[in-house]
Amino acid sequence: MEKVLMKGNEALAEGAIRAGCRAYFGYPITPSSEIAEYMARKYPKIGGVFLQAESELAAINMVYGAASTGARVMTASSGPGISLKQEGISFIAEAELPCVIVNISRGGPGLGGIQPAQSDYFQATRGGGHGDYHTMVLAPASVQDMMDFAMEGFELADKYRIPVMIMAEGTLGQMMEPIILRDPVTPGYEKPWATTGCKGRKPNVITTLHLPPEELEQRNRYLKSKYDLIKAREKRAETFMTEDAKLVLVAFGLMSRVAKRAVMEVRKRGIKAGLIRPITLWPFPDEHIVEAAENGAKLFLSLEINMGQMVEDIKLALNGRSRVEFYGRIGIIPNPEEIVGVVMQIAEREGL
Amino acid sequence: MEEKQVLFAGFGGQGVLSMGQFLTHAALSAGKHVSWVPSYGAEMRGGTANCLVTISDEEISSPITENPLMAVILNRPSLDKFENKIKPNGTLVINSSLVDREPRRDDLDVLKLPVNELADRLGNPRGANMILLGAYLEKTKVVEVEKALEYFDVIFKGKSEEVIRKNKEAFLAGVEYARQHW
Amino acid sequence: MKVVAKRPESLYDKKFHYCPGCTHGIIHRVIAECIDEMGLREKTIGVCPVGCGVLAYEYFNFDMLEAAHGRAPAIATGIKRMLPENFVFTYQGDGDLASIGMAEIVHASARGENITVIFINNTIYGMTGGQMAPTTLIGQVTTTSPYGRKPELAGYPVRMAELLATNEGSAYICRTSVHNPANVNKTKKAIKKAIQTQLEGKGFSMVEILSTCPTNWGMSPLKALERVEKEMIPYFPLGEFKVKE
Repeated sequence: MEKVLMKGNEALAEGAIRAGCRAYFGYPITPSSEIAEYMARKYPKIGGVFLQAESELAAINMVYGAASTGARVMTASSGPGISLKQEGISFIAEAELPCVIVNISRGGPGLGGIQPAQSDYFQATRGGGHGDYHTMVLAPASVQDMMDFAMEGFELADKYRIPVMIMAEGTLGQMMEPIILRDPVTPGYEKPWATTGCKGRKPNVITTLHLPPEELEQRNRYLKSKYDLIKAREKRAETFMTEDAKLVLVAFGLMSRVAKRAVMEVRKRGIKAGLIRPITLWPFPDEHIVEAAENGAKLFLSLEINMGQMVEDIKLALNGRSRVEFYGRIGIIPNPEEIVGVVMQIAEREGL
Repeated sequence: MEEKQVLFAGFGGQGVLSMGQFLTHAALSAGKHVSWVPSYGAEMRGGTANCLVTISDEEISSPITENPLMAVILNRPSLDKFENKIKPNGTLVINSSLVDREPRRDDLDVLKLPVNELADRLGNPRGANMILLGAYLEKTKVVEVEKALEYFDVIFKGKSEEVIRKNKEAFLAGVEYARQHW
Repeated sequence: MKVVAKRPESLYDKKFHYCPGCTHGIIHRVIAECIDEMGLREKTIGVCPVGCGVLAYEYFNFDMLEAAHGRAPAIATGIKRMLPENFVFTYQGDGDLASIGMAEIVHASARGENITVIFINNTIYGMTGGQMAPTTLIGQVTTTSPYGRKPELAGYPVRMAELLATNEGSAYICRTSVHNPANVNKTKKAIKKAIQTQLEGKGFSMVEILSTCPTNWGMSPLKALERVEKEMIPYFPLGEFKVKE
């Protein structure tokens, strides 16, 4: 099949269009702006809605409004912009409006920098805003993933009536790789809850207010049952040479490819290393971690472009079964040579 | 073919990123696995730009490396920054019009050409990057020159005929230079 | 027997939760009458604010959404862009629209967003218990201006109708009051005109309605209506500020 060379951000935008996404609301921020620019070029030609909002707050609320009509809609931003969107994401999660939110992530805290990072891991996987809720979080590792996950994101969003976040390091948005363009899909989900005017039916109301305590608790219990269902069904991870691994690297996103290269290198030197790449960051693929431990992994090394946020999830999965160490950088993607050095040092120390 | 990683580095505006994109396109057209990773952000705005191209017969695991096999260097700060990072016995291509010092390492295959002078002589100062690329491909065969020429129109799709013609002319001037001097 | 007055279809048969003497109820009814009379109920999508109007969806018999504080114009924008044939309006108070939602309302107007805004100005935060609003008059006592609003500390009340009328994208901007039957009738006419503006695709329309809050003003309902006329109208003059032909 013919492959086309595309930038990650553009592949993601094109994937959204192919998934039937017909509205984009956003505010410019580096390194995500190519997504907005792509939509601004494309939508006038295919009858979609592109609107540059006055703020991230407005953009996410425009998503709220557009998603409430049953349409597939998206917004994209980066670190500080995603923080501003959190109010709206909390409302969207409670109102159960399907949509896709993209974080082409950069380093924080505060304004931080615009270089690649995975520092928004906690924000993405713990809900991010106020209240008991989750968004599903997908972490692409290639430009092909950027297109595929955009399409998958809309399916999951409609299937579970949940906001889906795609989180990718800045570099993944900027880099180019050849990809296979996927066939467009026609969204096939009935949305009887949508507010479209009440012709021929009783009025629909979309609200997140539940003043009576019983009602509020009921609502939270319902949401939890939905999250439990997603946890049971949708955990995804890629494993590489973990069957006999004594040392398992855990890395997501572009970082996982660097880690994979490092695993191949240290294997040549006789080190029994493997890799687990979480694809869904929420729900976290804890069973894959446990399985590797059961297969004999003594040590897990979390590799992140932050200061070790995913370590918590690996430890929770292991529940004391094996040890977890961490190596990471910020604003820079560690290269395979660097990871090989770290792994060799650990292997020597541990006698692996 | 072994996986090859090539770094292009210079000032922003020298066409560093587009050189890398050209090579990426050409290698893809020749049936290779490719990736193109630009530096972006503060580094770029500070005046230097670079991109890393990976070409392989196999699926590319890491599109990132600290130690590329080859580097195409368009200015002095880039030589200072990247010389020591090139893999042992790697290839270093230098724009000698703008780099006023000799490389310090003696294990590298060093290829020099005065790109800006050549471009001025052609009456196409903006074609400097294509001259360099032509010479580089003629020498290293990372992608066959004939293949690259074959895909010129595809790679420059959407550009005017005049732009394509000028780029091709510059590219061929580089090829010619490599044949005569390298 | 001839029916001279009946509950509009656009309102459920349900008792309002609003305080005695509060004019939200009158305004709800006027909006419902306009929508009925213009045959729009099945095409209408309304967006409620955070404030006393937060539960307005309990009363209106058509599709409704509840917005985050101040964001109703952004939500209405998202809806209207997807469903341009529907009638889309927001219902917002002065804290929601003129304070926390200032950016959203100004930009909805600047874009000429083809939505209608019903803006309830009663110079105070009602739902949270009587705090100072951006529209609170100089000298007015609230729980957060216990010695009266002082301009050197808290600046001056904002005149939203005048402010938004300066935006090219605003097609119809009007300020009315509901402190007596004659003005209720004028309000109804203004709302119809605003709706018509949207139906004709002319752009942003807003009716600012001077309203009462007897509970938090600490007044009887009758005194509250008098205050509208004597204190509010002199600072917030009634009339049309923008009519795009």
